[in-house]
This record gives sequence, C-alpha cells and structure tokens, in this order.
Amino acid sequence: MLSNKYLNSLLGATMLLTAGVGSVYAQATVKVGLIVPMTGPQASTGKQIEAAVKLYMQQKGNTVAGKKIELIVKDDGAVPDNTRRVAQELIVNDKVSFIAGFGVTPAALAAAPLATQAKVPLVVMAAGTSMITESSPFVVRTSFTLPQSSVIIADWAIKNNIKKVVTMVSDYAPGIDALNSFKERFTGAGGAVVADLKVPLASPDFAPFLQRARDASPDAIFIFVPSGQGGTFMKQFTERGLDKAGIKVIGPGDVTDDDLLPNMGDAVLGTVTAHMYSANHNSAANKAFIAAFKKANNGLRPNFMAVGGYDGMHLIYEALNKTKGSTDGEALVNAMRGTAWESPRGPISIDPRTRDIIQNIYIRKVEKVGGELYNVEFATFANVKDPGKEGKK
Amino acid sequence: MLTILFDGIAYGMLLFILACGLSVTLGLMNFINLAHGAFAMAGGYVAVVVVNKLGVPFYAALPIAFLAPALLGALLERTIYRPVYARSHLDQVLFTIGLVFMSVAAIDYVAGSQQVFIQIPPSLEGRFEVFGIGIGRYRLLIIVVCGLLAAGLQYGLANTRFGSRLRAAVDDPRTASGMGINVNAVFGVTFALGSGLAGLGGALGAEILGLDPQFPLKFMIYFLIVVAMGGTSSVTGPFLAAILLGIGDVAGKYYMPKLGAFVIYTIMIVVLLWRPQGLFSRTTSR
Amino acid sequence: MSGAAMQDLTAQVAYHLARRARWRGLEYVFWAAALASVFFLPAKHLILNEIAILALFALSLDLLIGYAGIISLGHAAYFGFGAYAAGLIAKHGLIGEPVLALLVTGLVVALLGFITSFLVLRGSDLTRIMITLGFSLILREVANRFAGLTGGADGLQGVTMAPLLGQFTFDIGGHVAYMYSLTVLFVMFLVARRIVYSPFGLSLRAVQGNALRAAAIGIGVNWRLVAIYTIAAAYAGIAGALLTQSTQFCSLDVFSFERSADLFVVLVLGGVGYLYGGLVGAVLFKITQDWLAGLTPQYWQFWVGLTLVIIVLVGTERLSGWLRAIRRLAFKGQG
Repeated sequence: MLSNKYLNSLLGATMLLTAGVGSVYAQATVKVGLIVPMTGPQASTGKQIEAAVKLYMQQKGNTVAGKKIELIVKDDGAVPDNTRRVAQELIVNDKVSFIAGFGVTPAALAAAPLATQAKVPLVVMAAGTSMITESSPFVVRTSFTLPQSSVIIADWAIKNNIKKVVTMVSDYAPGIDALNSFKERFTGAGGAVVADLKVPLASPDFAPFLQRARDASPDAIFIFVPSGQGGTFMKQFTERGLDKAGIKVIGPGDVTDDDLLPNMGDAVLGTVTAHMYSANHNSAANKAFIAAFKKANNGLRPNFMAVGGYDGMHLIYEALNKTKGSTDGEALVNAMRGTAWESPRGPISIDPRTRDIIQNIYIRKVEKVGGELYNVEFATFANVKDPGKEGKK
Repeated sequence: MLTILFDGIAYGMLLFILACGLSVTLGLMNFINLAHGAFAMAGGYVAVVVVNKLGVPFYAALPIAFLAPALLGALLERTIYRPVYARSHLDQVLFTIGLVFMSVAAIDYVAGSQQVFIQIPPSLEGRFEVFGIGIGRYRLLIIVVCGLLAAGLQYGLANTRFGSRLRAAVDDPRTASGMGINVNAVFGVTFALGSGLAGLGGALGAEILGLDPQFPLKFMIYFLIVVAMGGTSSVTGPFLAAILLGIGDVAGKYYMPKLGAFVIYTIMIVVLLWRPQGLFSRTTSR
Repeated sequence: MSGAAMQDLTAQVAYHLARRARWRGLEYVFWAAALASVFFLPAKHLILNEIAILALFALSLDLLIGYAGIISLGHAAYFGFGAYAAGLIAKHGLIGEPVLALLVTGLVVALLGFITSFLVLRGSDLTRIMITLGFSLILREVANRFAGLTGGADGLQGVTMAPLLGQFTFDIGGHVAYMYSLTVLFVMFLVARRIVYSPFGLSLRAVQGNALRAAAIGIGVNWRLVAIYTIAAAYAGIAGALLTQSTQFCSLDVFSFERSADLFVVLVLGGVGYLYGGLVGAVLFKITQDWLAGLTPQYWQFWVGLTLVIIVLVGTERLSGWLRAIRRLAFKGQG
C-alpha cells in the first residue's frame, strides 16, 4: 500500500495542477454556468430559461463593468446527481463565478452545498420550494416560491365563497410546500379540506385521482403540478365532467402554464390561479419582452420559467455592476441583496434578509384574448414576501 | 365503482392497441423492439399536425395516424431492422434503444419539448351517466375503436389466409418457410401493421396519456409488462393482460392512492413468478 | 477412472485455469493508463470518478449476463439500495469511516441480493428482464414513500462524509473521490477476476452455455445462480455506495429505469463476458456522452442513439474482431 505521506503529497500535486488551469482567463472574462434540464421530462423548462437568458445577453450586450460575460450551458436532465457533478465541474474546471438555472428543487438542493463550499453565488431561476434559499447562504432566487401564490389563492378562495376543497398535488417538495401553506391559511380562515391527494410525480395519469375528487363533491380543487403536466390535468378534468359538476380549479399558476395554455382547449376557460407572471401582463416592459422573445424563438410564448431566467441574468449583471466586476462570491451575494427593478412580470426585488424574491402576486382567470387563451390578471397583491420564511423570523 | 371499471377497461384497451404489435414481433421473430413506442409517438404527432395545423377532422385523422407509422414501419423494417434479426438479444436491445434516443431527440427538435394536444371535436368532450355509471365520451370512443380492432385482429388471425400463415410462422418459422410461406414478407406486413396500430394508439391516447417527446421512454415499461404477462403467442393473451393491467392500475390508484404505483408492478411480478411464460401462453416451454 | 488418471485430469484443469488467469499485456496497459489518469488528468477527476463507479456497476452486470446468462434490466435496484444504505449510515453517523461503511453496505446489499435471487431462477430472458425491472421500480416507490427516512423525491439531504481512513477529506475537485473509487474498482476487479477464473467460475460458464446439460453432468445449477446473483448484487451495492460517498448526496434517480438501461448499453457496448467490457464501455459511453452533451446540450441524445444504431449495424462481432486482431498483435505468442 502507498504510505499516507506519499498520498498526501500526490494530492497536493494534483491540486496545484488543477489550480493552474483557467486562472489566466479570470482577468477579463466572467463565466456563468447555466445548469438546466434540456432533455428528459422537464426539457421545456430548460429551453424556456436558456432562450430567455440568451435573449437578455443579446439585448444588453455581453460586457459588464469591463468584463466579458461568457455563458456555459449544461444539461442535467433534472437528475440531481448529474446536476451536482456538472456544477462541480463548472466550479472546479471552468472557474465559473455564478451557477444558475436549476429546473427542479432536488437539483437546486444537490448543488447548494457546493455553492457554500466554493463561495459561488447560486441563482435559482425555476425551482420553487421555499427552503432552497435556506440550504446555503449563497443561494439567491429570481423565480418564485410556492407558498407565495398558494397563500394568496387561499385568501381569494375564502373571499369568493369557496368553503370545501379537495387538494391534489404532485408528490414532491414543491407540491407538499404548496399543500401545506394553502391548507394552513385556508383552514385557518374557516375553509375545509375534505381530501388531500398526492399524485406520483412520474406517472401523470390523473383519472383515478380526479374521480376521487369528484366523489367528494367539493367547491373547488386546489391543484399543483409541475410545469408541463398542467395540460393533461385540465384535459382529464373536463373529460371527467368536473366542470359540469360545478367544481372550480384553483391553485398556483403552474397548471395554466403559458407554454401549454394555447393548446389546452376551451375547457380551461375560467380557471382561476395565483401566480407571479402571465404573458398577458399589461406593461410596456412585458410587451417588449414578449415581442423580442417570440421573434428570437420562432413564435414561442415565454412562460414563468423564461421570466425567471431573464430576471436571473439581470440580477447577475446588476451584481457585477455593483461590485465593479469583482467576482468575490460574498460580495456578489451582498450586492444582490435588496436589488430592485422592473421585470416583465412587474416590480420585483430581492429580500435583503432571506435572499428570496419579493414580488406581486396576481389573481388571474383564463380568458380568450384575440383568439388565444391567456391568463388575464384581475387582482394584484403587492410585494409578497415568501410566507414560508416570514413565519420563522 | 363501475365508473372505475369503465375507466380501467378504456385504459387497458389503449394499452393493448399500443402494445400488440410488440407482442407479435417478439413472438414471430424473437425480436425485442424497444423502439415500438417511437411508432406510437409518430402516430400521435402525425395526428397533431394534420388536425391542428391542416384542419383535418379528428375522425379522418385517425386512419392517417395509422397509415403513416405503418409506412414508416415497413420502410424501416426493410432497410435497417432486417439485418438485426439474426443478432443476439443484447445487440437488439442496444439497437432499438438507440432508435428510441434518436426519435426522442428528433421529435424534440421538430416539435419542441412541451406536451402537445390534438384538438378533439366538442362532441367527444365531457361525459354522460347511464345507471349511475359515469361514461366519458372519449373513453367510450376508445373502447369502441379498440374493441373493434381487437375483434378484427382475432378474426383475421383465426380465419384468413394471412392469419394462418402468420400463426404457422410464429409456431415454427423453419417449417413454415419449408411449406412455401414467405416468412420475411409475412413479417414485414406484420411489422407494418403493428407499427400502424401503435400509431393509432398514440393518436387516440394523446388525450389521456399525454404526448411529448418522452413518450417512447415513459411507456416502454408498460408495453413490456403487457407483453411479458400476456405471452407472445396469441392476440388474446396480451389483450387480457392489458385489460387486467388497466383495471389494476386505475383501481389501485383510486382505492389505495398511497400505494398506487406498487399495484401494477406487484401484479406483474406475482403473475410472472406463477407463470413465467405469461398468463395465457399456449406452450409452457419453448 | 483410476486414481492416477483423476489426478492427471485435476492437474490439467488447474493448469488450464492458471494459464487462462495469467495477466495479459493489454491488461497492464489498461491499468497503467488508469493510474496515469490520476496524475495527468486532474481536471477530469470528477467525470473519471463517475466513470469508475459506472465501470464497477457494469462489471457487476457483466458477472450476471456474461458469466451466468441472467439478463437483468433492473440492476439499479441494488445500486440504489447501496447508495441509500451508505447515505443513511453516513447521515446518522452509524459508521464514520467510509471504507468500513462501504464494506458493511456491500454485505447488506449482498443479503438483499441473496433473498431476491430466488425470483430470477425461473423463466425466459423476457421474464427475468421484467421481474428485475419490476423489483427496481418497487424499491424506488418504497424509497419515495418513506420520505421521512429517505427524503423522498427531494433526495437524501445532509450526508456528510468523514475523512477517508481518518486522513483524507473529500475535496470539491473530486481528487480524493477519484482515487478512492479507482482503488475500490481495482480491488473489486481483482476479486472478480479470481472468481471467474476459479473452478466455480468455470462451472458457471457451463451453466450459462446450457443449464440442462450442466445439471446433467452434476453441476448444481440453482445454487450457482444464487451465489453469482448475490455477488453481483454486492458489487452493484458497493458501486452505489461509492456514488453516495463521493458526491455526498443521493436521490431517487439511483433506482431509475434509465440507469439500468444506460448500464445495459454500457456493458453491451464494451462487450459481454470478458470482465473488461463494462470498464471499456463505461469509458467510451461517458466520454462520448459528455463530449456530445457539451457540443449540443439539447440534442445529444440523438447522436448517442445514432452511434448505438451504427455500432449494431456495423456489427459488434466485427468490432470485437478488430479488437481481437489488435490483441493478437499485442501479445504474439502468449496465446
């Protein structure tokens, strides 16, 4: 066997070798590692984010504070151990100053310890479980948290005479997060949850679950499914005649995802959701964003994932501006705290305390606008912090 | 209760149409075609294009969703499948998994990675009640179409000249070719037919199973379960296995939502331990 | 048969086994290259670590398919079980030292393999494929259900590894991890080599060739299958445990069908039944995949698929024929 001393020196030698690679660059270029699912079931999330990030760089140029921004896109297929390895390689070999993206919660959680270890800011552009920002002091989020919209929709339901609800959520962290925050707020205000159903994440056949929900005859179903599965849910909801039975659909806006909405058919009309972004949001910033995005992507409509990516890139640019190009991880995260700007979704900012996003949550109803289906916003709750963390002050 | 049974039957019928081609190819040439789901996906996407983009009525699109994958199947069978028949099972798996990867990425490139839907006529939406059983209109259509097809297949296999050739070729390809049956031609036609049926199943199933580029991977396991449980030597075996699986899956998720996904796998393992050659195989050793 | 003739036969068999078991030139080259990668490719240690783990996993499947003829499409069951077992052991501080934890995990998974081996004794290829597949999917569901223990779909959080042998901390560059995985791979490979060139390994080959005939000449078929299945399970479990230990994380994907399918591709790509197949396949597959995924993050699957299709159409026999030709050139006269 080799002696420990020998192994230790060997280790030292290899580390020196690694350290030598890449540091030459660091002067003029800042690298951003974008890790998103480009293959597998979550591929649409990755494509929306990548398109938005590239659009941002194309619009704002690729030089910030005298540094050239270089984007490295990596596919993790939403498989957490891939995410971890890819993030590690980006940090160690490519010497990236930011890791960003993260289509699903497990992926973000897998990479978070690396961010802490390497002191590299981790910008969450998609995943929505509340606890992600607590998993490392280097995590900053530009997407949303599920409690944000779940609590708001609970308030709205109570006000609109919805008293009896069946909840149906995908069986993983964001689903449980949505369920718990909704249930707490809703039952606290006098509503009743008559059944809570958890749908397996992998096999989205909703028929048996919908039948159960129907048999409980609630006023509404509270639904959370990850981006991409909303279409099948809505199809089966009407197929089962739940709409005719007078049951409403409420929930966070993932179910009426802008990416899928145009193809969902008229069945989805009237669905009320709470969310932070609709492609129909009425502002100059959003109109410009939509026009540019569609132009660059063959008419594809951006969804809330795209806007998370767009804003995430903006945050990275802003942070570099504030640090005058310094890529010290702690300085960058501190620069991000409290940053406020006008996003296509409306005014947003980064909570200085929690590093999570503060944004407006809109109540929207699906309507036809110019022959196409859109989530039309009709009520606004301004500057919503993540309720998941507000309780823990 | 009966509504669950109805849903389960519809789901099972769909699985049968999707998987029966696979069972025949496996039985006939002892060829494991994991890329079978790719033909189903092709049918689904063809239907999406002709209905949504070209405005062809839904019912007219179904035959197209059958024909296009059938032609594709015939073409591929002629060109690239045939050399692989004589290879080992391991090579066949490698080859067909490769095809699956290619189809997934190709559809992703052409049509995007998000789920797509076929616009179905309003007359097929919603459901009605008969004696307290909720009948989904669309699921009823599936049962009728797939039921007719299953009956037609059974009839064709039992009573036509082609059917008897096919049965002869399955039972003993060598003797069959000695008797003057062109086994290659029989197999080509069967392959095309199986691909076409899968395509039709893909088009019909888009509404219920969802349709996206991951389809061949997502449902590969289900197809294999149907084939393994049903045995490969008849049409009735896979049919009954598919129905059993459909009902088991739907009922399991309804009555035991906490255990849902366990149910079908457990059914499968128990069945296979009990009858390793499948539930309904005629011969016990091969 | 007289005593002397019997002795003579035993001696002959022993001679042939020893001859077959002799190290060949290319084998030295392979392991020398592996050792060289430790020094000369430090920037690639992360992916090399994954390759080493995949190679060990593929070696385990090779023992099953190549030496016992049991086709499994659910081998991820044991990989995943090992991954979670190692993760839980580390998380709850049951055994601090990673190497010891690895051994314990191997034993635990071997036990699981032994119990479940009786499921695959009967049936055709397809039946075995489906039973193993079903078993891995059931384990995945179990891990998903017991979210309190396993973290469910979020993955097992909070795994922190103690330093290796109390000395070396797992670093972010993956250097310690790679050296650790490579060492384990090498040791496990030596053991596997011992097994397949032993009389037991030889009798397995007979079973694989024709189980009926093997039984007829007095080889106990069933217990041999049980034994090799148990060993293969332990190998897979150790590979899984290595993954958890070196990444300090594990998620439900360790059980996934895709993992079993990829593994299958890796092994068949490298060639079945000569122990190096899994190792070579792992290197080829991972490097190709990583290279293509770097070129086109969205559509790399297409090119991987095309490569597989072309390889089969060209013919694995023809390819391995070329390999054999190279080998012949490399060890002239060694037979």
